[in-house]
Amino acid sequence: MLLRHTTDKIKERKALTVNPAKTCQPIGAMYAALGVHGCLPHSHGSQGCCSYHRSALTRHYKEPVMAATSSFTEGSSVFGGQSNLLQSITNIFTIYEPEIIAVHSTCLSETIGDDLGQIVGKAQDDGLIPEGKHVIQAATPSYVGSHVTGYANMLESIVKYFARKSDKLKKQINILAGWVEPSDMRELKRILKLMKIKNVLLPDTSDVLDAPMTGKYEMYPKGGTTIPEITSMGDSLFTIGLGEWATRNAAIMLDNQCKVKFDIEDLPIGLQATDRFIQTLSKAGSVSVPESINDERGRLVDVITDMHQYFYGKRVALWGDPDQLIPLVEFLVSIDMKPVYIVSGTPGKEFGKRMEKILEERVPEAKYKNGANADMLLMHQWIKDNPVDLLIGNTYGKYIARDEDIPFVRMGFPIMDRIGHSYFSTIGYMGSIRILEKILSVLMDKEDATCLEESFELVM
Amino acid sequence: MRKIAIYGKGGIGKSTTTQNTVAGLVEAGKKIMVVGCDPKADSTRLLLGGLAQKTVLDTLREEGEDVDLDDIVLPGYGGVRCVESGGPEPGVGCAGRGIITSINMLEQLGAWDEKYAIDYTFYDVLGDVVCGGFAMPIREGKAEEIYIVVSGEMMAMYAANNICKGIRKYAQNGVVRLGGLICNSRNVDHESAMIEELAKKLGTQMLHFIPRDNVVQRAEIHRKTVIEYEPEHEQADEYRKLSVAIDQNKMFIIPTPLEIEDLEKLLIDFGIDS
Repeated sequence: MLLRHTTDKIKERKALTVNPAKTCQPIGAMYAALGVHGCLPHSHGSQGCCSYHRSALTRHYKEPVMAATSSFTEGSSVFGGQSNLLQSITNIFTIYEPEIIAVHSTCLSETIGDDLGQIVGKAQDDGLIPEGKHVIQAATPSYVGSHVTGYANMLESIVKYFARKSDKLKKQINILAGWVEPSDMRELKRILKLMKIKNVLLPDTSDVLDAPMTGKYEMYPKGGTTIPEITSMGDSLFTIGLGEWATRNAAIMLDNQCKVKFDIEDLPIGLQATDRFIQTLSKAGSVSVPESINDERGRLVDVITDMHQYFYGKRVALWGDPDQLIPLVEFLVSIDMKPVYIVSGTPGKEFGKRMEKILEERVPEAKYKNGANADMLLMHQWIKDNPVDLLIGNTYGKYIARDEDIPFVRMGFPIMDRIGHSYFSTIGYMGSIRILEKILSVLMDKEDATCLEESFELVM
Repeated sequence: MRKIAIYGKGGIGKSTTTQNTVAGLVEAGKKIMVVGCDPKADSTRLLLGGLAQKTVLDTLREEGEDVDLDDIVLPGYGGVRCVESGGPEPGVGCAGRGIITSINMLEQLGAWDEKYAIDYTFYDVLGDVVCGGFAMPIREGKAEEIYIVVSGEMMAMYAANNICKGIRKYAQNGVVRLGGLICNSRNVDHESAMIEELAKKLGTQMLHFIPRDNVVQRAEIHRKTVIEYEPEHEQADEYRKLSVAIDQNKMFIIPTPLEIEDLEKLLIDFGIDS
């Protein structure tokens, strides 16, 4: 029993967080920046921060994740990191030749009060940024919010720096992607193509963090939204942000800066959220929904009806990020599963309101909590108190899954001990089928392994 | 060795009082080290006859960690060993971290080696204790005695009370104690009696009352302590008395900071208003 000291006695905690259901802001900032073509993330802080954030991404995506660091010394902590960052900018453009350096701060540089805007401005004034190259920056202290906050902050900075309004309206819409896998970015582009809607997807980590092995190392893989594409977002007809937490700030920035109106939708996970997404797309692009997409929807409904008996009444515990959890919980409720425990380390009052709405009628016994005190310990204690049939969340749940012997579907960030997420999407109607497939596989594997011999079924 | 830190509101006269007191102790034959913990690096100006000193953090910035003690410890008036922590320019970096770095570095370099036979170390700390860095001199038994420079002005007393809160926090788990208040007069009505009362409420004593005298300013312009500039002046004797009081002080306590209402009541009772 790896977590044998966890008991079912839940005590009110004021300060302590045990096994948090979140990670550092800069990880999100790095991930968002990698979805821009030719962009090198840069961590303004001590060298260890950068190493950790890179390795956290590498462990999940199984790809080399490049990022530079200001490598603070004790002297930088006292005198400020300006000289280190200026030197970094010079070195990076000379040696690594990115199109863009996306600088994010760290706890240390935030605490000593380094002003990234001022330092980048000085780099510009001093001529350290070559013609046609760019340095953007976002403040990402990890003691505020979570990795999702960092993603949202960097996305906002990218839009702020590049998006511009010209006098020529473009017949395209903007899709601001929440924190989803490269496979999901690819799926979004496929759906938009089927819908025949011209669009700019930002960020786009497909062909960056799922790059093919060619035998040749590319520091800046072919994927990622390009600068002209991002610039043109200011002339688009409309913006759809996918995920309240990850994309709202960027959508507001686009509206303020370029007067592009926006809608924030849930990530298209599950039947209803995908329906809403497709409807919004259809309206924004003034196109009808093609038959091929209706067929995909039909297949999803078919799987749900065929397999309903296996979903019905199953108690599920979930953890992860609000943008994923909200549509996922809604999906589970819609197939008559019972998502009874939900935690997210990412703060935001909207989470509780949305959960209440989704759960109050069908799963009134559900417990949910988000913010710093909503951690894996609380989740485990809830489970000890009254068990569940299924766990859905990132790799950090594997200790609970093993100790309590509960079937476990890996979803979210990070997944460090299984592959597949980079290649097989879990959004849209087809992605939702994959979610159901994964759920059914673990539930049925458990049934096959533990049922009485006389109940062992060939056909399920 | 006695290790003393001087705190007090910004501009109250900590550096002036410290250096004049040090001059008094030097006259009495003591060996002293003064560590300035203020990014402005002006805590040893009167002892050194100017601001010529290279600070600990300057050398860290310019020479990395390969620093020689003789580069940063300069002999001042009467052989006082003078060090300035220094720090970043206003508005950037972290001065608090600077103090932590510089005191750690002085310890590593052996600034307090027995061969220097130092009787007293004085830490002269910038204004209010705004963050953990400025509390460095009272952490981990670095300074063991604190003296707070105060006047009868309300904000100075507020600051003194706040500093007592900081001392209390570290005193409960450590060796640091409050040695007393030093009143640097601003010619406020009933000043001496009021500070005596404040000291009593804090559980300590008013160690000395330094009257206001322009000779202090004259000496400062000439980059000297009063004791060096006009040794015969009666103000010089006041500093000598203070240095004797510190030398003979036996009262070291954990302060009991006042609630703000009590502090305000004190000011009213002593007739700032009447």
